[in-house]
Amino acid sequence: MEMVKLTIDGKHVEVEKDTTILKAARTIGIEIPTLCYFQLKDMDIENRPGGCRICVVEVSGRRNLAPACSTGVAEGMVVQTHSIRVLNARRTVLELILSDHPAECLTCAKSGQCELQTLAQQLGVRELPYQGAQSTYRKDTSPAIIRDIDKCIMCRRCEMMCNDVQTVGALSAVNRGFMAVVAPAFEMNLEKSPCTYCGQCVSVCPTGALTEVDHSRNVINALADPAKTVVVQTAPAVRAALGEEFGLEPGTLVTGKMVAALRRLGFDYVFDTDFAADLTIMEESSELLDRLTRYLKGDKEVRLPILTSCCPGWVNFFEHYFPDLIDVPSTAKSPQQMFGPIAKEYFGKKLGIDRKNLIVVSIMPCLAKKYECQRDEFKVNGDPDVNYSLSTRELAHLIRLANIDFNSLSDEEFDNPLGESTGAGVIFANTGGVIEAACRTAYELYTGKKLEKVEFNELRGLENVRHATVDFDGLPVNIGIAHGLGNARKLLDDVREGRSLFHAIEIMACPGGCIGGGGQPYHLGDSEILKKRAAAIYREDAGKPIRKSHENPFIIKLYEEFLGKPLGEKSHQLLHTHYFDKSLGTFVE
Amino acid sequence: MAKIKLPERKIEELKEVCRSFNNEKGELINVLHRAQGIFGYLPAEVQEIVAKELNVSAAHVYGVVTFYSFFTMTPKGEHPVSICLGTACYVRGAEKVLEEFRRELKIQVGETTSDGKFSLSCLRCVGACGLAPVVLVGEKVYGRVSPEGVKDIIAEYNN
Repeated sequence: MEMVKLTIDGKHVEVEKDTTILKAARTIGIEIPTLCYFQLKDMDIENRPGGCRICVVEVSGRRNLAPACSTGVAEGMVVQTHSIRVLNARRTVLELILSDHPAECLTCAKSGQCELQTLAQQLGVRELPYQGAQSTYRKDTSPAIIRDIDKCIMCRRCEMMCNDVQTVGALSAVNRGFMAVVAPAFEMNLEKSPCTYCGQCVSVCPTGALTEVDHSRNVINALADPAKTVVVQTAPAVRAALGEEFGLEPGTLVTGKMVAALRRLGFDYVFDTDFAADLTIMEESSELLDRLTRYLKGDKEVRLPILTSCCPGWVNFFEHYFPDLIDVPSTAKSPQQMFGPIAKEYFGKKLGIDRKNLIVVSIMPCLAKKYECQRDEFKVNGDPDVNYSLSTRELAHLIRLANIDFNSLSDEEFDNPLGESTGAGVIFANTGGVIEAACRTAYELYTGKKLEKVEFNELRGLENVRHATVDFDGLPVNIGIAHGLGNARKLLDDVREGRSLFHAIEIMACPGGCIGGGGQPYHLGDSEILKKRAAAIYREDAGKPIRKSHENPFIIKLYEEFLGKPLGEKSHQLLHTHYFDKSLGTFVE
Repeated sequence: MAKIKLPERKIEELKEVCRSFNNEKGELINVLHRAQGIFGYLPAEVQEIVAKELNVSAAHVYGVVTFYSFFTMTPKGEHPVSICLGTACYVRGAEKVLEEFRRELKIQVGETTSDGKFSLSCLRCVGACGLAPVVLVGEKVYGRVSPEGVKDIIAEYNN
């Protein structure tokens, strides 16, 4: 690669020829402020429309200022990133952006984590000199995501995520000039659009324009109601990220502190979604083996590859875009939705609590989970199996609200029986984790032999699409893995065309898997944070005394006492679901 | 948004247009241009067909349609009325004529009467400045129009 030499703020730097000024500056520790720019390294995710003009810099010999995010470097270039001219221009640009932004910071859901607010602080904006008309737009509330477009600054990061990364195509910039907004087709509500509620738009929105539907208040009310028994389940990815909200280093595992905090908040039983993940593996790997053995016996009807179905964003995606394939995914419910009926129909009944008086709350790294728990098929006579789903961020907010000093809490253990889990349940948080967990169990069930080494390193990593062949004692099982819906689409296109050579495919909607979910603490594009979370999850797995779902003693007991056997009648009734064709009548009623 | 039934023949014609552009994403604007030629406007249903044929999201198509002022999602009336607001017509009172049309037809610029008969739009100079102010109804040109004459023009088409 050809290199060029340039000078930035008096420092010499040598970088590759096709680098931008912004990236060149970063290599020598000079941080140029940005707003619309967004990058997730290692995942081909970059947004640089050059629209906001916050990153302007002075380039000697050039008359106007240059946007650093989208201006290439050149040999001998002399750049000043913080000259008086630059600082004045930058502040004026920001003041103009703020002239069409509601000054509602005190009550905004994003306050304290808003990149626009941070910039205003950083650039020393102390008054709003440009007063005039502001563009207004109706607030759009869906089951999971709120669009408050008055706060949109047209950075178009959400559009990049929705279209380029996820290929969902729910959002686009529409109209022009002062009337321009980011909206679904025909300005329908998000609920009518093909939105999957993956929440990646929310996770990259720099302002409060896109936020999650907050169910904290419902949870507080349930906790305060003496007639209700409130149980909570926590998804695996939460424990690897929650600490970030309290200033802890990314990748710090806070499982014990989280349990302690939930107890302080007043939950009657603190359980673990990882337990339900183990249950998911029992059902899903049995289904995989059932299909695989029927296929090997020459059954031409059997649908392979089997697709995982734990991720509700992914389920929404194939219901919208691949309705012809709705008999391909596993019918196993997601861990969140397996936990619900087990809590209400097994645990609750054992304690003699009517399901109406048992409130199940889930803590999820995900926004699609909010929608999932509201789906009609997951209700009994109108009573949802899972009542409320809170994001990792909302839990952090609740902990702060209750004045709990998170960092000083001593570790506590989950309650039993629905709090006991194996390492296999934990790794559901990472891309590749569900299929690895399934392999640990399917291998032993299929071969009848003990797995020598439980780690399947070939299934781990952050490459967009991965494939590996796992040896089931002479039977090669071909496995595909995709994270991010755009990558999933590639694998699905192959399945649709009959080109897929896989026996099983794992798909997670979010880049990195659940650790990068739409409900996690904001990572602001730092992919190192995602890697640290993933490593933490594998550490938690490695530290578990039991690492295979079918060896979880409480899972074994649950089948003995209540469910019978995997894929049995009771399992079908409580742990399996069906999918719908949502491709028709999406926009026009 | 009420669902409208597009004539099968026109849908086929639209799909043929898409095919003639090899269903290429990059030809979206050309396809929309031709689609508006076929249907007279670009209702949501037409945009959905175009989105499907070119394999782009409906949101993206809608984004393009709402960006370019040439594209319209409102059907033109049977008799599209255009009032010239070019300099010559303007100084000779075109705005009062426009105001009269708005009052008589009870619609704003860019809208169509509920019976679908008239739609109202503005344009800039038709090259007949000697006749200012000028009004077009369909292809027919009316010159030296006064606010008082608006009723008579409408009456010509209202029987």
